[in-house]
Amino acid sequence: MPPSTIRSVLKNKIVLIGILSLFLSFIFLFLLNNFLLFALFLIVFIILLAYNFIKITRKLYDILGTRLMLFVTASVIFLFFLLLAVLIKGSLTILAEESLSNLLFSSTWKPFSGEFGLFAVIVDTLIVTAISMLIAVPISLLSAIYIAEYAPKKFRNIVRPFIDVLAGVPSVVFGLCALLVFVPLIRDDIAPFFGSRISSGFSLFTASLILSIMVFPIIISLCLESFNSVPIALKEASLSVGATKWETIKKVIFRASGPGVLAAIFLGFGRAFGETIAVSMVIGNQELIPKSLFGPGQTLASLIASNYTEVSSIPILASALIFVAFLLFVVVLIFNLLGFLVLRRASKRWKY
Amino acid sequence: MNRRNIEEKIFLGLMLASVFIVMGSLILIVTVIVLNGVPSLSIEILTQTSEGGFYLGAGGGFLNAIVGSLLLALPATGLAFLIGMAIALYLQKDFMNPRIANFIRICLDILWGVPSVVYGVFCLTIMIAIGMTGGSLLFGIIALTLLEIPIITRSIDESIKMIPIGLKESAYSLGSTKFETAVKVVRKQAMPGIIAGVLLGFGRGIGDAASILLTVGDSNYFPTSISDQTAALPTMILNLVSMPDQVVQNKAYAVAFILLMIVLLISIITRYLTKKSSKHIIK
Repeated sequence: MPPSTIRSVLKNKIVLIGILSLFLSFIFLFLLNNFLLFALFLIVFIILLAYNFIKITRKLYDILGTRLMLFVTASVIFLFFLLLAVLIKGSLTILAEESLSNLLFSSTWKPFSGEFGLFAVIVDTLIVTAISMLIAVPISLLSAIYIAEYAPKKFRNIVRPFIDVLAGVPSVVFGLCALLVFVPLIRDDIAPFFGSRISSGFSLFTASLILSIMVFPIIISLCLESFNSVPIALKEASLSVGATKWETIKKVIFRASGPGVLAAIFLGFGRAFGETIAVSMVIGNQELIPKSLFGPGQTLASLIASNYTEVSSIPILASALIFVAFLLFVVVLIFNLLGFLVLRRASKRWKY
Repeated sequence: MNRRNIEEKIFLGLMLASVFIVMGSLILIVTVIVLNGVPSLSIEILTQTSEGGFYLGAGGGFLNAIVGSLLLALPATGLAFLIGMAIALYLQKDFMNPRIANFIRICLDILWGVPSVVYGVFCLTIMIAIGMTGGSLLFGIIALTLLEIPIITRSIDESIKMIPIGLKESAYSLGSTKFETAVKVVRKQAMPGIIAGVLLGFGRGIGDAASILLTVGDSNYFPTSISDQTAALPTMILNLVSMPDQVVQNKAYAVAFILLMIVLLISIITRYLTKKSSKHIIK
């Protein structure tokens, strides 16, 4: 309790009488051994205490409630750092066994013979993420523009729930759909078309396709937000000097909301980079440097999902997987921070 | 028609195609799951727990997975709601320096973006450290709570930001304390955001597979204590689909159908409740 509250409590005469009665009750108990009077004064004290408690209870609630909220907030922030600390501490075991450069640039991943090279997996992850972003970014951007600028209001009201629902579909359902639709499609049609004769359908490209669908709703809803925040006067000014609607979009809206779009792309990248289950269901789970897009691979996240069962038999594998999780965390952290910095710089430079 | 108009027409066509692809992909997903899931759905499969050797073609249903998923997602959402509510209320200007509050918001946004498998690994690390193997309901709940805290907190926070300052000021001027204002006035005003956030978190929690996969293990029975292993819908899909037998795989589509229906139901409920609760909000 802060001193001001204690002072205000002490100022109260009733409190003084209460403390006096508590004091007297102790005197009667210990010095005079008179239980009857002890009980009497104690009852007086308790009644006064209860009375006082009701009087100060609002203030007390205020203090306790505020402290509780502060405590919860502080412990979640603490948790954030605990998460980092646990991941770092867990990966120290593997870093003591193998050098960092060996981990990152050797491409043999054989946990049973103690080789933990992540290079192939990192390459696969970058390829899968890059392709999925190449597919997702233009499609999401174009749809976001259409929804924000061209679509009639009725259509907009239909599309918004669609995007929200798409964002909420569990990743395992995406994975299952990819298994049912994309895997046969790529095995039978797309891979032979591009001249890759033997493809099982479980490939880097399959994973990229499903990832791009998973990223759509994130990029679209964030882009919509920043398109909608462009002031209408800005658009009207452009239209009134004779620009067509598309020119206005290209030269005014894109410039004004560019940072928001960039931040949306960064966030989408983070999502695609860390997606685990859907990818591990269709990528083929082999730690190889890819020869073609239609061959199997493994991403950092799916590596964890397909290796965690052996953790109890190979102790050092646990540490290797924690290191992988740490890599994921750091990369996502960097991309989120980049998105944030872009937005903040932009909000300083462009004030509409 | 000049060049400018042609360019616009071309891009308009591309835009329509993109919108069509985006909406088509959702329709594709729902139809694929419904077409494959409904035929293998039956009353038995919904009302029985799995028998031994369920993944090898034995009988039984997946009631244990449905109950397991609810036992994971409900406590996690409850915990995350209590924590998120406290943080979101505390992030207000009334309690905290806005600069620190913004720093915390950035932390939460980063946590939102963290892949759920990282939370799974975090819990797995702790489980290994305390010598627990095979998984438990408790750590599944912890992983999901961690996953849901940033989602719920940020959406409550966003709706608290919208509250007109005059409302809080009038509460203060009537003599209410900061805490009373936060709990009685701000909470009621933020109701649509709270509902949306909690249901969004619940949807994420019940559908998330990566964090569950590493932490809860598997079981054919209802969990009886928090240290038991448990089945859950997403992990059951993964287990079923990795089996070679076609009949067993078909069960995965049925489970996925149930999961998808739960998620769709949640999003419909969210729409209905947010609309209903925003009627009484003072703008």
